[in-house]
Amino acid sequence: MRILTGNDLKSGAVIWWTGRDWSLHVEDAADVGEHGEAVLAAEDGARRVNGGYIVDAEQTAEGPRPAHIKDRIRALGPTVRPDLTLKPADPTAGDWVI
Amino acid sequence: MYQYDQYDQAMVDARVEEFRDQVRRRLAGDINDDQFKPLRLKNGLYLQLHAYMLRVAIPYGTFNSRQMRKLAHIARTYDRGYGHFTTRQNIQYNWIKLEEAPDILAELASVEMHAIQTSGESIRNISADQYAGAAADEICDPRPWAELIRQATTFHPEFSYLPRKFKIAVISAAEDRAALRWHDCALRIVRNEAGEEGFEVYAGGGMGRTPFIAYKIRDFLPAAQIFSYLQAILRVWNLHARRDNIHKQRMKILVHELGEEEFRRQVEEEFQTFLALGTDFPQAEYDRIAAYFTPPPFEAGLSDDIDRSDPDFALWVDRQVVAHKAPGYAIANISLKPVGGIPGDISAEQMELVADLAERYSFDEIRATHAQNLVLPHVRKADLYALWQALDAAGLANVNLDLVTDIIACPGLDYCTLANARSIPVAQKIAERFANMERQLDIGELKIKISGCINACGHHHAGQIGILGVDRKGTENYQLLLGGSGAEDTSQAKITGPGFDEAGIVDAVERTVERYRELREPGERFLDTYRRVGLDPFKEAIYG
Repeated sequence: MRILTGNDLKSGAVIWWTGRDWSLHVEDAADVGEHGEAVLAAEDGARRVNGGYIVDAEQTAEGPRPAHIKDRIRALGPTVRPDLTLKPADPTAGDWVI
Repeated sequence: MYQYDQYDQAMVDARVEEFRDQVRRRLAGDINDDQFKPLRLKNGLYLQLHAYMLRVAIPYGTFNSRQMRKLAHIARTYDRGYGHFTTRQNIQYNWIKLEEAPDILAELASVEMHAIQTSGESIRNISADQYAGAAADEICDPRPWAELIRQATTFHPEFSYLPRKFKIAVISAAEDRAALRWHDCALRIVRNEAGEEGFEVYAGGGMGRTPFIAYKIRDFLPAAQIFSYLQAILRVWNLHARRDNIHKQRMKILVHELGEEEFRRQVEEEFQTFLALGTDFPQAEYDRIAAYFTPPPFEAGLSDDIDRSDPDFALWVDRQVVAHKAPGYAIANISLKPVGGIPGDISAEQMELVADLAERYSFDEIRATHAQNLVLPHVRKADLYALWQALDAAGLANVNLDLVTDIIACPGLDYCTLANARSIPVAQKIAERFANMERQLDIGELKIKISGCINACGHHHAGQIGILGVDRKGTENYQLLLGGSGAEDTSQAKITGPGFDEAGIVDAVERTVERYRELREPGERFLDTYRRVGLDPFKEAIYG
C-alpha cells in the first residue's frame, strides 16, 4: 500500500493523509494507490502540509506500517525519548519501529 | 563578554520583525515553501523529522546566566522542556512551532541572542576554545578576535550568499580544544620572535562526505590584517567554487583541487589587493571589542589547596577540573553525558541550576563546548566542593571528561531528516557497556564520536574510535573507524572493514578497547597505541 505523509505547516508535526484530512496517527492513513501525487498537489495548494511525500507501507492488524525505519520513527517519535512519542504510556512502542 | 550596543540591538530587533512578517506571509499563503525555506534557514529554523528545529547561536560558546535562564524559559514555554547542545557550541530546540518562532526570536533578542547564520550558506557560528580567557596555557583571550570577525562578517554583503556554509575556529593555546584543523578556516594566535601577536592560518578543512584536514597557509599573519586575509580567502573560494555540484561546493574541495600551493598563491595575491584597499579594521575597533573581554576581578592571595577528603569529590576534581591562569581558581567542566542519557541534552531545570551556579561561583560566565558539555570557567578552588554538591544533586556531576563514555553523538535518525541511522542509542549502549568507573579510568582518554550519516555532525572522522551510521537496504548499519583526532595531533580516522548492526557495533567497540588494553605500553593513550601498532592488530580483534 502507499500512504502520504508530510509536516503540518503551522506546528511542524508529522501528519498522515486519511483520505479526507490529515491525522497525527499513522493508523489513520489511507491507501492512496496511484493517486498520491494528485492529492499532494492539491494539499500543497491548500497550505496545510509541508514537504509531503509518498511512503510505501504494509497493512497490519494495527494499521499501516511504513516500510522504512525513518518513516516509522517519524510516525512514533524519537526512540530514545518514549515520553515524547505519540504513545508515551506504552514502553514497548519502540519495538514497532525496529 | 561582549554586550550589544544600540546598533547591535536595533539590527537584531529589526531582524525579528522582518522574520515575523515572513512567517505571516508564509502562513497566509502569500509565499510558498520554496520561497520561504531560504528565509527561515537564514534565521536558524529547519524542518526536521518530527517538527521545526531552531538552532540558537552562542558565539564562541560564551554566554551568561541571564541568557541561560532565557534558554530554559524557551525550552519550557515553547518546546518540550529541554535543549540540545551541539558540536558547534550552539543550542537547538527540536519541537518548535512555526507560528511561535518569531516570538522565540524576540525572547532571544531581549537577552542579546539570535539564530542568525546558524544555518544556510553563510559564515556559521564561530567556535573557540571553551577555556578562552581562563586557560593556563593560552597566549591571550582569543574571543575578541572571534567577536571582531563575527561583527565584520555578519550581514556582510559579500558573504551573504556563499557557495556553501563556512566554519571558522579561533584558539590561542598549543592544546587544541576546538578541533581547529577540521574547519574551513582555522586561526591559532601565536607570537613571533619580536613578541608580536599574529595568526597561524589554516584553510580547507572539513568533515562530511569528503573529509580533509586544513593546510597551514600562513605561518604568521600580523593580527591587525586578519580581516583582509579572511576576505581574500573567502573571495578566492567565492570566485572558483563549484556551484554546479552540491557535493563540491565546500572550500575544502577547492583547496584540494587547486592544490595547497596554488590556493595559497591566489589568496596571497588577493590579500595584496585588500591591503591596498585598506580594509583592515581600525585598532580602535579592536580595542572597543577587547574591552568587553577584560578578565573578571579575580581575588588575590587565594589558596590553591583543595580539601580532597571526600573521595567522590576528589574523583570529580581529578577528572572534571583543569588548571586556571589565576592562582586559587579552576575551570570546572560539567558533563552532559550521564550514562544512558542523550549526549548534549539538558533540561530546563538543569539549565536554571547551571545559571544559578555560574552567577554564584563563576563571575556569571558559562561556556558550551564542541564536545557537547558545559564549562564554568572561573571557579574559586575553595568553592569547588559546594559547586560539586549542587551539580551532584541535579545529576550534573558525571565524571567522564574525555573518557570512553564522554561520547559526541549527532541527533541521528531519532531527530534528523538527513540521517540514515540512529546515533543516540548506540552512544547510550556503549556508555552502558563501559559504565564501570574503574574500567573507564583504566582505559583512560578515549574519544568516541558517532554520526548518523556522512555529513559527520558527530565528528566520526575525528574519533579515536569513530562510528558512522549508514543505510543498508533500509536497515541501520554502523561502520567502525579508528585513529582520528580533533586535537593538536589532528588525524583522520580509517574505516576498519564491514559494518555491524546496533548490537554488533557495541561488541566491536569493546573488542577494540580490549585489544588496546592488551597492546598498550605504560602511559599510552588508545590513540598512541593505535599509531604505534597500526590498524591490523585491531582488525584482527574486531573481525577475528
